[in-house]
Amino acid sequence: MASTDEVVDTARESDPRRRPFGPVAAVFIAAGVGSVVLGILTTAAEASKSFADALQWFDRVGPLSGKTLVAVAVFFIAWGVLHAMWRDKDPAPGRIFLWSWILLAVGVLLTFPIFFQMFAPD
Amino acid sequence: MNLSSREFWGIVHGMGLGALYLLAFAGAFAGLWSLRSRLLTNEGVNERMPRLKAGLAIMAVVAWLTVITGTWIVYPWYRAGATDVCERTAVADVPEECGAKWDLLADSNTAEWHDFAMEWKEHVAWIVPLFATAVAAAVIYLGRDLLTRGDVRRQLIWFLVASFGLAAIAGLFGALITKNAPVV
Repeated sequence: MASTDEVVDTARESDPRRRPFGPVAAVFIAAGVGSVVLGILTTAAEASKSFADALQWFDRVGPLSGKTLVAVAVFFIAWGVLHAMWRDKDPAPGRIFLWSWILLAVGVLLTFPIFFQMFAPD
Repeated sequence: MNLSSREFWGIVHGMGLGALYLLAFAGAFAGLWSLRSRLLTNEGVNERMPRLKAGLAIMAVVAWLTVITGTWIVYPWYRAGATDVCERTAVADVPEECGAKWDLLADSNTAEWHDFAMEWKEHVAWIVPLFATAVAAAVIYLGRDLLTRGDVRRQLIWFLVASFGLAAIAGLFGALITKNAPVV
């Protein structure tokens, strides 16, 4: 029995007008990567005061300024790079969405206070 | 009766932009849910597709504006003040120039509103515009292809629901934190 991805790929072969999935894959993977980067920075800033200080790019906002600006920059750069790489490619949507869910879940976990506060120094 | 600058921006951030995103979710969800070839005529698709694309694009912009105003305008007032000046064990002792954060931390009954609720809200809210942008970009790019790509359409709905859920957490905590210690 064919998997969903195989069915989709067959559908693309039978309908060449259908747009390749690469650009969609690029933005979803980029969003997932941005989420994970935000989570890593959040947890690392909790674990290290000096790292948190390094992320304090604007005093009024505190370390959140560096965390969010880096995560957003990573999202847009990753989107641009992946889009350039995959614009004509047609990766299996099922696999791309699975990775996007995994990255989203990791990002949410790393930004969850009960998790990242476990790394706070005593 | 007048609004301070802080109250004004608090309303713009939470009751304006944040609430708009949450309310728009229902329309976007219904639009994506019913985007099936067996339910729509060709005319129907032509009529609703531009609206769905525009709606999701506006939602993504609103999500960005919500987190930008929250982090860069309202949050500095919330966290204002240095630890050595503002850290107190009684709310009445917190100096006036210190932000709402210090009022919450001064009372053990409200400290969790900062330590858990605000700590989660201020971070997880930034994931919302990332995935709202991804969903909007996918619908704008794929357009009518979604009529025959049920697997992709269903996943876009689930990601829209996920971003709505995270926005709802941030919005709910924002309202409850403001109720306990308003930024004024």
